Amino acid sequence: MRIKAQVAMVMHLDKCIGCHTCSVTCKNTWTNRPGAEYMWFNNVETRPGPGYPRRWEDTGRYKGGWILKNGKLQLRAGGPITKLATIFYNPNQAKLDEFYEPWTYDYDNLIHSPKSENLPVARPFSQITGEYIDKPEWGSNWDDDLAGGSEIVPMDPNVEKLGDHIAMEYEKTFMMYLPRICEHCLNPSCVASCPAGALYKRDEDGIVLVDHDACRGWRFCQNGCPYHKVYYNWKTHKAEKCNFCYPRTEAGLPTICSETCVGRIRYIGVVLYDADKVKEAASVEDPQDLYEAQLGCFLDPFDPEIEEKARKSGINDAWIEAAKESPVYKMAMKWKIALPLHPEYRTMPMVWYVPPLSPIMNHITNEDDLKTDGYIPAVDQMRIPMEYLASILSAGDTSVIRKVLLKLSAMRVYMRGKTVGGVDEFKQSELVKEADTNPEEIEEMARLLGVAKYNERFVIPTGRREMDDNLYLEQGVCSLEELAPKEGVNPTFGYLKVREKL
Amino acid sequence: MVHMFWWVIFPYIMLTIMILGMLYRFAFRQLTWAAPSTEIFEKKWLKIGSPLFHWGIIFAFIGHVMGMVIPHGFYTSLGISDHLYHFGAIWGGGLAGLMVVVGLIILLIRKSTIDPVRIKATFADFASVLMLLFVAGTGTYMTLIFNTTVVEYEYRETIGPWFRSLFILQPNYELMIGVPTLFKVHVASAFAFFAAIPFTRLVHIFSFPIRYPARPPQQYRSRSNYRREGL
Repeated sequence: MRIKAQVAMVMHLDKCIGCHTCSVTCKNTWTNRPGAEYMWFNNVETRPGPGYPRRWEDTGRYKGGWILKNGKLQLRAGGPITKLATIFYNPNQAKLDEFYEPWTYDYDNLIHSPKSENLPVARPFSQITGEYIDKPEWGSNWDDDLAGGSEIVPMDPNVEKLGDHIAMEYEKTFMMYLPRICEHCLNPSCVASCPAGALYKRDEDGIVLVDHDACRGWRFCQNGCPYHKVYYNWKTHKAEKCNFCYPRTEAGLPTICSETCVGRIRYIGVVLYDADKVKEAASVEDPQDLYEAQLGCFLDPFDPEIEEKARKSGINDAWIEAAKESPVYKMAMKWKIALPLHPEYRTMPMVWYVPPLSPIMNHITNEDDLKTDGYIPAVDQMRIPMEYLASILSAGDTSVIRKVLLKLSAMRVYMRGKTVGGVDEFKQSELVKEADTNPEEIEEMARLLGVAKYNERFVIPTGRREMDDNLYLEQGVCSLEELAPKEGVNPTFGYLKVREKL
Repeated sequence: MVHMFWWVIFPYIMLTIMILGMLYRFAFRQLTWAAPSTEIFEKKWLKIGSPLFHWGIIFAFIGHVMGMVIPHGFYTSLGISDHLYHFGAIWGGGLAGLMVVVGLIILLIRKSTIDPVRIKATFADFASVLMLLFVAGTGTYMTLIFNTTVVEYEYRETIGPWFRSLFILQPNYELMIGVPTLFKVHVASAFAFFAAIPFTRLVHIFSFPIRYPARPPQQYRSRSNYRREGL
């Protein structure tokens, strides 16, 4: 058993209002510079829709993630030998157009335009070529809130998979938001795809990072990630990706996307997992078993034996305590209401989603007369088709989605009953049995999902600075009495690494 | 004296610039060390040009090892006649040379006509392609045309031994005196090209990820050194 700690996130989709505040603050923090204009470490997609980059879920096109071939786990795009053979031209890499060509506006013209009969305009121009774009045709969130409707929605690979007709009439259609960041997977395919070994998973907190000194710009990570969350900077020629705002999380602060989330949909916590189990779990035969297999990798932080072993493998008390308080552990592992995004990619993603409970009021017009069990068929006829949610969150297994939606509905009914009456009926109902829950759990869930404050939503232990390299040295001592390395050339990377043993 | 300059001083200066330049860039400009791809801007032309050029230059490199590094005597001891060797060198080398030249021309057209690629290309990018084109062009001309029309030149007796003598630090420039001008131009321009490597995108030659197949797929790294050093 190799116990490791992982910081993870849960997003409660019911509360997402699609305001893009997370994307904007993330962009302002990380990617508002030349070469990175088109990158969105965090983006919010309207579903159904093609997403960003367009059709990123089309595994036949980009060949991201893993597949099981003859019982062995393999990169879908091919292993190291295939990669070295195609290193001069990567057929699966996305072009910039598949994201969008970033542009800005010629604001200067508004101010410095000479006197004329017509009002001056700020024409859009490309941030890549600097040339005017007369008619931008795609951009980030071009399809926001189902814009483009029946023309754009069928581009969604999940819609294609469902096959049957999706209602596009205004009165019947459905919509949900899907905020996405890097999944910081337990079995990251970007790391395995990197020929230079520049991508790595951090031992302490499981954050997947790019070592820019080692990155050589071979670009296999870009399409190797099935979520398409590694980007190629055309200016520096290095890969860039969401870094889970590690400078913030190390200081115990939530990521900037979580901090600024208006709907407070995001939760951050620590989970403990057994790194030895990951490969086996990612290699189960049936993709629909991957969710359960992934849950099998996590360890119960309340088990004294696990606690002891965790301590032995260098996880300190603050982290173990945080793992006990972790909202992620509660929602994803204990209550099982949060699900991983596309588990069928076999990467064991670590950003979990509570599926949205679409407006059930449409179906229930006489809620006061409704018996508790009347909510069960309502769950089955939700406006967002269960098959659609299942194709995103559970490899197509609708029973997993149904369980979660029942639990969330049960919570809704019970909490409603507490004010308008009906709690006793609820306790005897078929709903509570089918949802496999109880009032105590529901009260706890309702608190975390509804009213939890900042320090309950974000339980982030600080980085373990006491385990760092010599802190005096980091602080910058002078090279007296062999306290610090000798002055002069002292590269700290690559083959020339000179780190004096102290 | 002229010969001494071109076949002793000049190659050593060029190699020194290459080695020192690369060491400097590796140690202090690591962030610029990459294979700067423009595939994100344009794929169609690259799909033909890039593999053609790269595979061609790998074959050409192997050919140069066969001709310059491996001594003539080795082939005779294996019983490979000069005629057989030259037949292979002319057709194999010629094919590789053509691949390189055609690939380079495609890439050059791409670089100078297709918009984001053209706009983002630097002077060094154009210079490296043009230099390579010159070196590869003279080399291919030598192999395919000079060798078949003028004389089947036995460079394994002159350029080969001279090239090896550079590396044992006993340069024998006299070997180069009688070499046809075309060959001289090819050799000298190749050394000038070597000196340009550290200042262009060509440094990526030296980071071909040969160790990739041998490493485990997943990589963990700790933030600091405490685990590695067992503190």
